[in-house]
Amino acid sequence: MNKSFWIVLALICAAYLAFWGALVVTTATFTTPLEMWKVLVSREIQYSTVLSLITCTVSALLSVIIAVPIGYLMSRRRFPGHALVDAALDIPIVLPPMVVGICLLMFFQTKFGQGIESVVPVTYTVGAVVLAQVVIAAAFAIRTMRGVFDHLASRPEDVAMTLGCTRWQAVWHVTLPSARRGMFAAGSIAWARSLGEFGPVLVFAGATRMKTEVLPTSVFLAWSAGELQQGVAVSLLMIAISMIVLMAIRMTGERA
Amino acid sequence: MIRIENITWHAPAFRMENVSINVPSGKYAVLMGKTGAGKTTLLEIICGLRRPQSGRVLLGDRDVTFDAPGVRGLGYVPQDGALFPTMTVRGQIGFALRMKQLPADEIHTRVQQLADETGIAHLLDRKPQGLSGGERQRVALARALAAKPSVLLLDEPLSFLDEDTQDGLISLLQRTQREHQITVLHVTHSKREAEALGEIRLLLEGGSVRDVSC
Repeated sequence: MNKSFWIVLALICAAYLAFWGALVVTTATFTTPLEMWKVLVSREIQYSTVLSLITCTVSALLSVIIAVPIGYLMSRRRFPGHALVDAALDIPIVLPPMVVGICLLMFFQTKFGQGIESVVPVTYTVGAVVLAQVVIAAAFAIRTMRGVFDHLASRPEDVAMTLGCTRWQAVWHVTLPSARRGMFAAGSIAWARSLGEFGPVLVFAGATRMKTEVLPTSVFLAWSAGELQQGVAVSLLMIAISMIVLMAIRMTGERA
Repeated sequence: MIRIENITWHAPAFRMENVSINVPSGKYAVLMGKTGAGKTTLLEIICGLRRPQSGRVLLGDRDVTFDAPGVRGLGYVPQDGALFPTMTVRGQIGFALRMKQLPADEIHTRVQQLADETGIAHLLDRKPQGLSGGERQRVALARALAAKPSVLLLDEPLSFLDEDTQDGLISLLQRTQREHQITVLHVTHSKREAEALGEIRLLLEGGSVRDVSC
């Protein structure tokens, strides 16, 4: 009886993974090793790969930096309007990504936005790629960090305060070390989300080759030009990169 | 000495009005009461983790009502020990001393002394995971004593332990209080603990405290 329960769960898991495997294998049949090689050595794809890796890493770090204090606040403190703030933090998760891009574009057309642009140009730059990624990835990281702090007891922090710590010191010395794995998880989610971000990047940063082109943009450009094989090759490259990086992050997080 | 005067605390589902307690210096007081009577809230008010709506908290001759928890000069042992999950036992015991930025050799000596005293010297390099309930409470006690507090607050420290382990810790608490000449307020709902440890026995009931020592 007990065995059949676990077998059913294992079968559901296996069917899900098998479907995913079938999707990847089917996609792979639409390209050739030669086309893959041509894609890997092309200057444009190398540029978009490097830009993707850099922007995703910066976005993941920024997302965690934003997510830790907000996640802590939402988890540990009840205040008037808490539920409203909680819902507002989820807006980037439920909004269509393209709308986020339009909102960013509109914001930087206002006087305030133009003021920022006059000091640091953002729209249609690499900065816009990072900002478009962070706006959405941070929402996922915040959700993750809130869950992490919800599961960490607050009592050790209280004890630390009776032992001579300020609240800042108690969080730094006691809570954050305990939340290390959670921070790695939040960073992984933010990184993965950033790698796949396309809509807001396209609207806010554009799709200029060798400038603001990240891997999803490369797929879009290849697809638009009718270069099916190249699009498939870049897609497979993205799958490989995301698997390698996420496994590396997970292994580092488990050792931490 | 621990003295609280006319403490009032209101929460949506809980009320405590004009509660006063006086524990003379060097005495071991046990505060009893049913679950939900407000014992832990009272300890948290003495610790400075909660601010009362009115009333005063005095430790020794000092009014600490508005002081931060870290400057009150007390040690606090919560119910489950609340050990720091990522620190070794050595790190936990030395924590308060590191916060005071004492020299490393002084911290080392004090940690070793407390570990010997509480019978956990063999655990110094272990982390909390895998320690037994009794070991965890011993570590929490050593950690609370490290900065030589004049007052020790214990929140049901024996409630999750079996009787043999409880007996060992009761002896340790008696010895510790005697040797450190510390004022102790020990919260429990166990009559057995109260009879074994309490020089003064207090009962928190219906939002007020009365002395039931006799």
